[in-house]
Amino acid sequence: MESIEQSIKELQQKVASLEKGTEDQLSMVVFSGDLDKLLAALIIATGATAMDMKVKLFFTFWATTALCDKTKKVKNKDFMSKLFGLVLPKGTSKLKLSKMNMGGIGTSMLKSLMKKKNVASLDELFKTAAELGVEINVCEMSMDLMGIKKEELIDYPNLNICGVATFLIDAEESKIQLFI
Amino acid sequence: MTQDELQALTVNKSVDARGTACPGPLLEAKKAIGTIGSGEIMEVLSADEGTKRDIPKWANKKGHEYLGTVEDSGYFKIYLKKG
Repeated sequence: MESIEQSIKELQQKVASLEKGTEDQLSMVVFSGDLDKLLAALIIATGATAMDMKVKLFFTFWATTALCDKTKKVKNKDFMSKLFGLVLPKGTSKLKLSKMNMGGIGTSMLKSLMKKKNVASLDELFKTAAELGVEINVCEMSMDLMGIKKEELIDYPNLNICGVATFLIDAEESKIQLFI
Repeated sequence: MTQDELQALTVNKSVDARGTACPGPLLEAKKAIGTIGSGEIMEVLSADEGTKRDIPKWANKKGHEYLGTVEDSGYFKIYLKKG
């Protein structure tokens, strides 16, 4: 009897570990601060919600600058943070293409083409993502390195500041994991 | 279903997603399907060629029946039956 109980227990544990990672969830590391790559990330994220998938985006490094609201100003920044702030793009309107930027000409050409072809802008995609419940997790360390304060981030209903463990746990539960 | 049969369908809900590009039509279809009952017919209008392939795949995953696509001048009419 005991051995049967023991094997049932083992089986239950195995089933539980197999069920992990089978959740209908998409986890994405959004690393790039390039306009085109962020567009792709947000299109995949919003598209996944149509599949009724739970979507969790982990914003880290250069991507965190896209989450800054340029209208929000923060005082008492240290010297290095101020310096970083001067060179880094702040907000979605300052982002550039990863290729063929051509001093900004390429980026503005793409933007006008997107308008013409009814492709949603990055700001619109963020708004849609918010409405659809896409979760955004921002890497605390990246914000710290880039000198970005919590108060500067965009108004987004489902935004949390976290560390790598949050991403790893989310990714472990997800069917799809992507890095952009 | 043949093209004529598709054209003759009584549509319970029509979604005009011609003003949007990927992923707009998919998101609009998802929103609209919630407003109709099981067995009812929905049509999605899209000018986006990709939608023609996307919607059947999405319908299959969500358990809706893809009935077919009719090509009109410059856009597609995609028919679904809610599962």
